[in-house]
Amino acid sequence: MSVQRGTGHSLRGRLAAFDDPDAMLDALRRLRQTGFSRLEVYSPYAVEEVDELLGRKPRALPLIVVAAGALGAVGGFLLQYWGMVLGYPLNIGGRPLNSWPAFSTTTFELAALAILLAGFLSFCALCRLPRLYDPIFDTPGFEQASQDRFLIWIPEREGRDDGELLRRLLPDGEGVHIDEVPA
Amino acid sequence: MGASRETGQDQTRVVEPGVTALSVTVHVSDLVLERRTPLWWWVGFGLSLGLLGLFVASLGWLFIRGVGIWGIDWPVAWGFAIGNYVWWVGMASGGTLISALFFLTRSEWRSATSRLAETMTVFCVACAGIMPVIHLGRWWYFYWLFPYPNTMALWPQFRSPLHWDFVAILVYVAGSVLFWYVGLLPDLATLRDRARRRWQRVLYGLLALGWQGSSRHWRQFKILYGLFAALMAPLVCSIHSIVGLDFAGGLTPGWHETQFPPYFVFGAALSGFAVVLMLVIPLRRALDLTGVITLRHVDVLARLMLTTSLLLSYCYLMEVFMPFYRGEEHEITVVMSELGGTYAPWYWAKIILNGVVPQLLWFRPLRLNRPLLFLIALCVVVGMWIERYVIVVGGLHRNHSESSWFVFVPTVWDWATLAGSVGLFLTGFFLALRFIPMVSMFELRELLNKKTTGGGQ
Repeated sequence: MSVQRGTGHSLRGRLAAFDDPDAMLDALRRLRQTGFSRLEVYSPYAVEEVDELLGRKPRALPLIVVAAGALGAVGGFLLQYWGMVLGYPLNIGGRPLNSWPAFSTTTFELAALAILLAGFLSFCALCRLPRLYDPIFDTPGFEQASQDRFLIWIPEREGRDDGELLRRLLPDGEGVHIDEVPA
Repeated sequence: MGASRETGQDQTRVVEPGVTALSVTVHVSDLVLERRTPLWWWVGFGLSLGLLGLFVASLGWLFIRGVGIWGIDWPVAWGFAIGNYVWWVGMASGGTLISALFFLTRSEWRSATSRLAETMTVFCVACAGIMPVIHLGRWWYFYWLFPYPNTMALWPQFRSPLHWDFVAILVYVAGSVLFWYVGLLPDLATLRDRARRRWQRVLYGLLALGWQGSSRHWRQFKILYGLFAALMAPLVCSIHSIVGLDFAGGLTPGWHETQFPPYFVFGAALSGFAVVLMLVIPLRRALDLTGVITLRHVDVLARLMLTTSLLLSYCYLMEVFMPFYRGEEHEITVVMSELGGTYAPWYWAKIILNGVVPQLLWFRPLRLNRPLLFLIALCVVVGMWIERYVIVVGGLHRNHSESSWFVFVPTVWDWATLAGSVGLFLTGFFLALRFIPMVSMFELRELLNKKTTGGGQ
């Protein structure tokens, strides 16, 4: 099976497919213990523990969002201050121009807007979306990952032949299926 | 999924037995990808298009002739348009509450109904957003509400609740659409992967943005979705509070009430749950979803409707009590005119439809009687429109200066705009029914998997 199309990207590795999330987690554990890295899991829903096993923690998104919220709040307030105090001051019975309680709702709403937009955009950036084509889509059986199967992508390691090792670690049997993907 | 004919009257199960993760995925995506468009869809869509035509016609006439085609005049300058706005945006809350609030409480029953409810929200918000724009006499200047540098050196009045409302709608529209779309991404990818026809692959391929379901994607997705839920829950409360402040911020008798913000949140929630029920009851049959949208869902929604109806009834009581407690003469006049004046039939209709009729839901057999429940929900939806009508017109028509008292009589264009906006909603919703998976497939996969591996109820 060759997975070279249009874009010239190529992949080398194996795709192990499981019917059951627990079997997939077991296999993932074994692979990690044997020292495989750069593994990736594709699943029809978010499986707990996968992140721990892969040793990945999402740090960026919450920080970006907090920063965006703070910026949105400060910017939103300054916008109103600029408009009501500096740009277009209206003296109505000597009331203070910087009427911050009246600015609070818009400040909140604009902070929310900043969070929504920054959250969505940074989500796209961190997921590298939109990315309509990826060579992984060409691996046989990949479409099952969005339906009912749990896949582990095991990239080929430079200068090593893991065939034998993988056959031992992931015995081909119930609900396990390995596709070799050379490119 | 058809396997589950109504299994008795069990209302404890979130999912009927025999439904599996794969069967949900296959069934829900086939509804979009494979099933021949049923006759009821064509009939419903045709009628909706007719109403949408009416909306376009009434807006066209409005744009030609101006707001004089409506029954409004001083001092009742806010007529149907603002009532419709509050009504639509209130119904929109149903989707946000179900998908955001009950996501935060980790309620299992939410998963199967969230997509339907959120889709409803998106189109309700669209109808709501149009109303305040068209009620501006010179609607083509609506962009003056944006704070942008302009040669007139003008700024919007940031201190006005009306401007808070403008900002709140804007953010709520953006939030509802983003929340809905992000929640759709994994399901759009499923459709892309299951599609057999080329146009479907292209359409869903584009919409899914290249979602892979990798651990990297899910990791970010979980955070973003949780975050959006945590943000949308306060946002939905804020928008209805601000809508309440639109009224409370004015000195108009009957509007100048400190209880208005929560009053409007309760009313919004009541109409939101009612409209979700009105969609869920027929659609679970029509789309053959009785296996995943069970009697438990129907029961929960009915209870929520009862709860919010009680909360709202308390506000109705306070609304009458407070003017007497304060002893302000003019406010008492206004209350008395509501109870027995020109608009008294509307007032009592609102009390009966929103406060009395939902009391039937105390009784379990009535909650499980779907046709009756549908009717109760319909009563509430109509009642909530009447409530907004009474609030908007009731206060204005008896304002402080007796010389300007005025009775608002809606014209045919008022009614046409209202009916037409229903057409806009239904057209959008019918299209969504045809092209978007109406149940969140990935959430149900997770839920069903937890159940089969003994994750408990």
